[in-house]
Amino acid sequence: MTTTSSIAHHQPADPVREHHEDELHDDHGPEKGWRRWVFATNHKDIGTMYLLFSLLMFFIGGTMAMVIRAELFKPGLQLVDPMFFNSMTSMHALIMIFGAVMPAFVGLANWMIPLQVGAPDMALPRMNNFSFWILPFAFTLLLGTLFVPGGAPAGGWTMYPPLVLQTGNAFPMLIFAVHLMGASSIMGAINVIVTIMNMRAPGMSLLKMPMFVWSWLITAYLLIAVMPVLAGAVTMLLTDHYFKTTFFEAAGGGDPVMFQHIFWFFGHPEVYIMILPSFGIVSEIIPTFSRKKLFGYDSMVYAIASIAFLSFIVWAHHMFTVGMPLAGQLFFMLATMLIAVPTGVKVFNWTATMFKGSLSFEPPMLFALSFLFLFTIGGFSGLMLAIVPADFQYHDTYFVVAHFHYVLVPGAVFGIMAGVYYWLPKWTGHMYDMKLAKWHFWLSTIFVNVLFFPQHFLGLAGMPRRIPDYNTQFADWNMVSSIGAFGFGLSQLLFAYLIFSSIRGRANASDKVWDDATPHGLEWTLSSPPPYHSFETAPELK
Amino acid sequence: MVKIVKCALAAVLASLPAAAFAAWELNMPVGVTELSRRIHALHMLILWVCVVIAIAVFGVMIYSIVKFRRSQGAVPANFDHSTRAEIVWTVIPIVILVAMAVPAAATLVRIEDTRNSDLTVQVTGYQWRWHYKYLDRNVEFFSSLARESDAARQLGSGVDPKTVKNYLLDVDHPLVVPAGKKVRILLTAGDVIHAWWVPAFGMKKDAIPGFVNEMWFRADQVGIYRGQCAELCGRDHGFMPVVVDVRSQEDFDSWLKTQQDAIKTATAAE
Repeated sequence: MTTTSSIAHHQPADPVREHHEDELHDDHGPEKGWRRWVFATNHKDIGTMYLLFSLLMFFIGGTMAMVIRAELFKPGLQLVDPMFFNSMTSMHALIMIFGAVMPAFVGLANWMIPLQVGAPDMALPRMNNFSFWILPFAFTLLLGTLFVPGGAPAGGWTMYPPLVLQTGNAFPMLIFAVHLMGASSIMGAINVIVTIMNMRAPGMSLLKMPMFVWSWLITAYLLIAVMPVLAGAVTMLLTDHYFKTTFFEAAGGGDPVMFQHIFWFFGHPEVYIMILPSFGIVSEIIPTFSRKKLFGYDSMVYAIASIAFLSFIVWAHHMFTVGMPLAGQLFFMLATMLIAVPTGVKVFNWTATMFKGSLSFEPPMLFALSFLFLFTIGGFSGLMLAIVPADFQYHDTYFVVAHFHYVLVPGAVFGIMAGVYYWLPKWTGHMYDMKLAKWHFWLSTIFVNVLFFPQHFLGLAGMPRRIPDYNTQFADWNMVSSIGAFGFGLSQLLFAYLIFSSIRGRANASDKVWDDATPHGLEWTLSSPPPYHSFETAPELK
Repeated sequence: MVKIVKCALAAVLASLPAAAFAAWELNMPVGVTELSRRIHALHMLILWVCVVIAIAVFGVMIYSIVKFRRSQGAVPANFDHSTRAEIVWTVIPIVILVAMAVPAAATLVRIEDTRNSDLTVQVTGYQWRWHYKYLDRNVEFFSSLARESDAARQLGSGVDPKTVKNYLLDVDHPLVVPAGKKVRILLTAGDVIHAWWVPAFGMKKDAIPGFVNEMWFRADQVGIYRGQCAELCGRDHGFMPVVVDVRSQEDFDSWLKTQQDAIKTATAAE
């Protein structure tokens, strides 16, 4: 219904004037040198910056993970002080969530949404520039905390009071960094929604949109709903610390648990913010390389929408041990278990898409398949964690660490990698080294399991999370896990090499890139790389 | 002869819990309380449900990957939905979930029933040690990481943790409770949030400054049970173990009397 009105401006009111404008655009390429990036308003340039920024953060956060796994390689403290260890776990999480995964998705949205809906650019290009350029400042603040008295934040990424209030000079830097990240995310989300709602090609009704666009539309609404909640929560921490308020202090009539409720009201939708776009990417890739249409498109859309809705009413399953009334525990247990239903629908539909298809195994498909298997394992452990009595054992152990890393690394991150391998030749115009990419896939998939699967065993045997040292009974699996971590970390250097070698040029990619899989979607109707203003005239959908 | 066999059997049985905690452990050990056994049973139930679903789902995936390969000349079918299939795989999971929710809810109701306890201990978490106070028994004390572990865990101590007995899981003064009695734990904290956890009792709960949480356990077997703080509480979060010494009623009573006498002597001396 919005499509007919939104494409009005594509219809030339005055053919002569329209033609004139086109000519003006002909020599309007990217600016030269640094101005192209600092003043960027082009969706592809901004998308590229987001993705490269995310890659940088992936390696910084990954280095911190290596410090963690090196200290945990064997019992006893060998390398770092416990306080620095706590800083590493907290910073690793903040950087990976807000610096690596979320910007990667916004980068993919910037590149792909205009290409997939047939638009010339994002709807709000200057806000787009702003939302990206906030990020380097946010992360300069956050990483700067490593060098201030009192050290980097060490109270966990969840920032629970009263512990977080013991942070040294890093405290206000942490809060303002979170504010900046939130502002950036909200602007990115607004841009996505406005673009999707107003700039779709004629004939592309909502239920004809590509799944990646659908997943991002819903993600963007989640972002707008919850990022202000996080901003409110951390602002209350700030005033508790500096302005004598007692929102979270029992002595002043406040409640430390209230912070947890507010935080997880943000935090649970946040975990879906980090997975839904990967659902979208995988829903693009599996049909292409199965040479078959996505099974149950409509139910896939409804499943994402149901997951998004349910994400708002399950937050307290992160805090079953705080001492909730029985009715509260039962409600959050049942609501959480309900999420398994739409998630199951998605997994079954992806499987049904492959069933009786004609499968080939290029790098994007390999990563999508790995996603399918390993995300499902993360889903199973999630279901186990929903059972409150069992959660009393699992809570805050390595079982939880294993669970969320299964949904975030082979889930969200493999989804991103699948997307990069799928669209990179479209972006750069060059094919990457397919053989090396398959090496990257096999090394990543094997090591990610060596890294995270034993953590299930550690958690069940009773190892708490966020500890720098442990009893010798946990020694063996920790060593295995650390070996997996080093292998996984090193394998990612291949990923960076493949991306840069594709940017610098190799064999040219065709317009369809995956010619013998004949991918569907508007992005494949453009040249590789696409023209500067993507779709200057809106394509017509039949 | 019978005596020797009995002794040997007892020794083997006594070493079993130790073996259950040995390295390369894969699963949650069975605890020593009714609740922990119920929780363990729930854990096994849902684990097996997941395993069965996984075999079915991964089976179809692997079958599709092997069978429908383009390199083997597979030709794609052109169906793209089936309302019947989609209803089936929406309804079946709901049925399974309900079947799992029922025993979970029943166990939860049992866990939350803290009435009719025989002994109440107030547990207060501090950075980084526990304080135990036996309500109406006039006994209280702090419980900190044992000295040997504390020396070994220092950065660059040069001590091999394998040479330290119960490394990081040993304290100076364990909590002593009677076996077979319902012990109610009242949890709070003096500074930041901590969590009190003994895996063999099946439960953990947060200790929150300014608030009091309740939990209970009834240990069937005499023995020493070890756990740790389970909520990040700052620098030495990894170094505040929980150790509970479960004794027979008589041993507990005599222990309690010794403690009370010691306190009386101490106050008299002042």
